[in-house]
Amino acid sequence: MSIQSSVEVQTEWGIVSARQAGRNLAKEIGFGGVDQARITTAISELARNIYLYAEKGEIVIEAVEETRGTQKKKGIKITAKDRGPGIKNIREVMEDGYTTSGGLGAGLPGVRRLMDDFDVDSVMEEGTTITAIKWLR
Amino acid sequence: MHSSVVQAINDHQEQLVSKWKEEMARVQEEYFENSLPDDLVFTNNEEFIDVLYSSVRLERSEAEGKIKHFAERLIQTDWPLSYFTQGMQVFRRIVTAYIVPYINNAERDSVRLIVEVEEWVDAIVNQLVDDYSDSWIKTLELQQMALNELSAPLIPVFEKVSVMPLIGAIDTERAKLIMENLLDGIIQHRSQVVLIDITGVPVVDTMVANHIIQASKAVRLVGAECILVGIRPEIAQTIVNLGIDLSTFPTKSSLRKGIESALELTQRKMVQIENGAEWRA
Repeated sequence: MSIQSSVEVQTEWGIVSARQAGRNLAKEIGFGGVDQARITTAISELARNIYLYAEKGEIVIEAVEETRGTQKKKGIKITAKDRGPGIKNIREVMEDGYTTSGGLGAGLPGVRRLMDDFDVDSVMEEGTTITAIKWLR
Repeated sequence: MHSSVVQAINDHQEQLVSKWKEEMARVQEEYFENSLPDDLVFTNNEEFIDVLYSSVRLERSEAEGKIKHFAERLIQTDWPLSYFTQGMQVFRRIVTAYIVPYINNAERDSVRLIVEVEEWVDAIVNQLVDDYSDSWIKTLELQQMALNELSAPLIPVFEKVSVMPLIGAIDTERAKLIMENLLDGIIQHRSQVVLIDITGVPVVDTMVANHIIQASKAVRLVGAECILVGIRPEIAQTIVNLGIDLSTFPTKSSLRKGIESALELTQRKMVQIENGAEWRA
């Protein structure tokens, strides 16, 4: 499958359009209502992190497939890329309640719980790339 | 473009650019009446020239990317469209004037003619650009105003009970309005209980949840109570997944149940009238 869309996040409108793109693709892949809400919420958190901490970046949303034995799995992959300041201490950021912006500090640990696969790759002063996948059950 | 023109633009970059900046200073003074901030004009002029020259030097697609990037940045800072059109016209005038001494008399006459036609066309283009963008700005402002009026209404439904129905995405601007309208409305309507209905909010992420929690804390400070209603099942699940703690927050599944408990909190209840004979007769 090669369905892929990329949304630039620079304003709060970018967050809304990233969410919309995610919801549309999730629906197309066949996710149910609850998973659609999970996926859009995860996109919302990742896009807001870009807007708050890196000022700009992009969210790439794509359909993915994996074959394990005879089983074929379908899923949605969200990639959040920015060239922001980077995350200083990833372990701290992944803890519930840790925040530098006065928020709830539930963003990234929340995204990990909302999605199935989760990976953070961050280099100080260079940027952050976060990928998260939700598999269709 | 003709290669000799490209060469002329490249070879005399320094003179052309300094002339352009001089002219643009005049445009800023006369046309924009110094309404644009000077430091931004300086950096934007530098980038304008960089973009202009890259359109001569780079591949077409690369140059288009640069122009797009520049335009996006200026759009976000509400920079006037006429800055582009004026800037391009100034550059064209300067390049044309620069070429004139290098051509023969017959060609000079036709250049003069073209310049005259251009001046006439430019004036009309400038007016159209200004009229169009003024009208866009006005429409946008009006829509923004209409949107703000709709964005967080507080409706008094019963004595001491008000409802705030929220529909659509919540951003920082709107979150601020929600807080202000809640607090102002509570004082104005003497509400004791406010119901915040989020049936129409498509996504409740940590930021939205945080704003609702903050608002309810502020509501408590002015002596009223907040009840969150209209949490759809899928939203309930995502809130739990996110790990947001709303346990101290009174919630009800529907607006109706919310109104019932709001009446209870203010020592009232809705009853069905047993004897309906009067109106039946």
